[in-house]
Amino acid sequence: MFGYYLQLALHSFRRSPGLTALMVVIMGVGVAASMTTYAVFRAVSGNPLPDKSLQLFVPQIDNLGPQNGSTRNHLSDALTYTDAMALMQAQAAAHQTAIYPIVGNVVPQDGTHRPFAANGYAAYADFFSMFEARFEYGSGWNESDDQHHAGVIVISSQINRQLFGGANSVGRTLDVDGHDYRVVGVVDNWNPQPRFYDVNNGYSFGDAPDYYVPFTRAVDLQIGSNGNNNCAGSLKPLVPGWTGWLQSECVWVSMWVELPNATAVQRYRQFLSGYASDQQRHGRFHWASNVRLFNLMDWLDHEGVVPPETAVSLLVAAGFLLVCLVNTVGLLLAKIMRRAGEIGVRRALGASRGEIYRQFVAEASVIGLSGGLLGLLLMALGMHGTDLLFEPDIAKLAHLSFGLVGSTVLLAVLATVIAGLYPAWRAAHVQPSWQLKSQ
Amino acid sequence: MQIRPILSALWHHKAGTALIVLQIALTLAIICNALFIIRQRVVRLSRPSGVDEANVLVIQNQWIGEPAKAPLQALMSSDLQTLRRVPGVADVYATNAYPLGNGGWSKGVRYTMDQKNATSPTAIYFADDHTLATLGLTLIAGRNFHADEVGDMGARDTLAPRVIIVTKALADKLFPGGNAVGKQLCVGSAPPSIIIGVVDRMQTWIGSFSEAWVERSTLVPFRLLASGTTYLVRVQPGAMDRVLHAAPQALIAANPLRVIGPKDVMTYRRIRAVAYRSDRGIAILMGVICVVLLATTAAGIVGLTSFWVSQRRKHIGVRRALGATQGDILSYFCTENLLISVGGVTVGAVLTVLLNMLLIDRFEMQRLSLAYVVVGVVAVLLLGQSAVLVPAWRASRVSPVEASRSV
Repeated sequence: MFGYYLQLALHSFRRSPGLTALMVVIMGVGVAASMTTYAVFRAVSGNPLPDKSLQLFVPQIDNLGPQNGSTRNHLSDALTYTDAMALMQAQAAAHQTAIYPIVGNVVPQDGTHRPFAANGYAAYADFFSMFEARFEYGSGWNESDDQHHAGVIVISSQINRQLFGGANSVGRTLDVDGHDYRVVGVVDNWNPQPRFYDVNNGYSFGDAPDYYVPFTRAVDLQIGSNGNNNCAGSLKPLVPGWTGWLQSECVWVSMWVELPNATAVQRYRQFLSGYASDQQRHGRFHWASNVRLFNLMDWLDHEGVVPPETAVSLLVAAGFLLVCLVNTVGLLLAKIMRRAGEIGVRRALGASRGEIYRQFVAEASVIGLSGGLLGLLLMALGMHGTDLLFEPDIAKLAHLSFGLVGSTVLLAVLATVIAGLYPAWRAAHVQPSWQLKSQ
Repeated sequence: MQIRPILSALWHHKAGTALIVLQIALTLAIICNALFIIRQRVVRLSRPSGVDEANVLVIQNQWIGEPAKAPLQALMSSDLQTLRRVPGVADVYATNAYPLGNGGWSKGVRYTMDQKNATSPTAIYFADDHTLATLGLTLIAGRNFHADEVGDMGARDTLAPRVIIVTKALADKLFPGGNAVGKQLCVGSAPPSIIIGVVDRMQTWIGSFSEAWVERSTLVPFRLLASGTTYLVRVQPGAMDRVLHAAPQALIAANPLRVIGPKDVMTYRRIRAVAYRSDRGIAILMGVICVVLLATTAAGIVGLTSFWVSQRRKHIGVRRALGATQGDILSYFCTENLLISVGGVTVGAVLTVLLNMLLIDRFEMQRLSLAYVVVGVVAVLLLGQSAVLVPAWRASRVSPVEASRSV
């Protein structure tokens, strides 16, 4: 029966090719626009670690005080060195790592290549297991390396290709800013997006970091943060020099903890609150304990990781699709009601209302399918255009995947069928006698 | 023209009429808000930075290792001399950040040291006596720094300038009465500094953080001795391409223990393009959506009106036979469209405000001004009238003979 409906549909397209083409084009453009913006939106608002995001938490501690404008919703989005070290030493979570972004100049030892700048992170051993880093060679360093402030380094597969030709470089030596590091691991194209552990410094999207070194080593070498350094909490001038900075109320260290279950979360909250109260008792904070603990996705939301332009574009594109849908309802209605006579004949010859209904829904779905295919074509073009509209780091994230192709066609068919429901219902209720009489 | 028969005819086409009304309403709501977004973005990206952008380029230099303060001072002085010797270079200075860049320092400024809350935030730009000439900033009051006022500052020293130059925007904010020159100001936690000059305009770096105080900048007379330095170079007219290659080469030749990557040398044209990329992108996207949306709605109106005309050929024939002129028929369909459009824009105006409220609530957008709604309404009404012209004209050509013909 469906085959017969298809035949009827094709016959009707031949009779009014202009109107049909118009509907297909409008559906195609609407679907392409909304799916392209959706692809970008999904890429920036996705969950970077789906199976672990509920166990990773960011602690916040108020070191500014309400008189300097901090509220429950507006705390510093990083910690002071003092607080971060206290949390690291307390070991109150199953796993924990302090992190800060660094930049260094890699000096190739081959004598031909020029030194180049590389972006990295200073972190603790737990960083790699907590964030599920995949290794191509070797592994992360261990806790004893942290304790011994060891000169070890984990490099990206990209740096490994650049410096060691992609071979297993574990055990080789790397010179960063004139300091030698021993390579212990090469991460395998590991680059979670958004880069949740550094969104507070604005490095939410981008290429994979080049290297990772122990936090303790980086502090020994006095490597400053390449991220934000907010000294709003420092009411008196800083003591000049590195130690002065470490002891200051400037916030620049990110902290992540892994808490496997609700009890652990509850306990950690109490621990944090207790820590802040201790600081108040010792006279460092002149205000009541104000601490928060965010899980990964809440943290991304709190930090406003999704750029507003991607959300606004998605909203506008969805509105556009709605207009296309309304338009298609109108055009289908016009197209179907023009064939009232034909419907009358079919009904008089014994077609039931249900059959008429199905016939026109089938016709709508054929239009939807063509619209979806055209939409795919336009989307392939649109993907090239995304880097015109969005930051290149974000545009790169949007690409045609199987899922996206499937959902585009599905969306087009579904949208057009929904648009066809009312016109088909009207068609099914055409009075055959009235139509036949007026013929 | 009688409205009642038109209304009663529309009542027979409830579904079609409602659909067009809805479509026009949605179109108006989206277009008004999209135009508003475009306007905002265009205003943003056409703000002048205060810099003579055609003749300035930026070189970011990173020393290898972290040299101590004294050698850094020597390295920086020799770099400035090297750059001055490059043919085509007119002037140069070293700093920490630059207008339209992607980050920088900021401090709160206060009138006195014991004032609790800062009166305004300000961007901090390290400068010397060559800064105004290099960037092409206009001094509107007071004087430039003297060479002997320019000091050295380590990366972790506390900033405490004796004299500063501020932008007009910051001066107006702090001293609305004017005459900022000679007044005292506390920058960050430092003791008071004296304002010696006011420049017309110097934008901050780009970022949502500095958006609210985008022209409030302060120049401090220091060389920042850190491992990373930014050189701003003014080139003689027409020498940009030459200096773009020669300047980094000269620096590397003079001292190879540094990193100047391919993205570290940028003309201001490029800096501006990068800084406002997403603004331009959004404006283009919204523009394209507006055009396609208007085309879609026009196509919808043409399609549905054509359908109505073809359904009513017989009625039109009867009216023509009873003496209606071609003009009467034409104006019948135009008036019909006008009535539908007015209904559409009425609903649409409400939707526009609702959508705007949603955008304000979710995306911190500003309130839409009424002018956009008025422009949108006029545009949509005109669009409706021009879309209906072709089918209406075809209707007016229906011959009175149709009345006597059976279909």
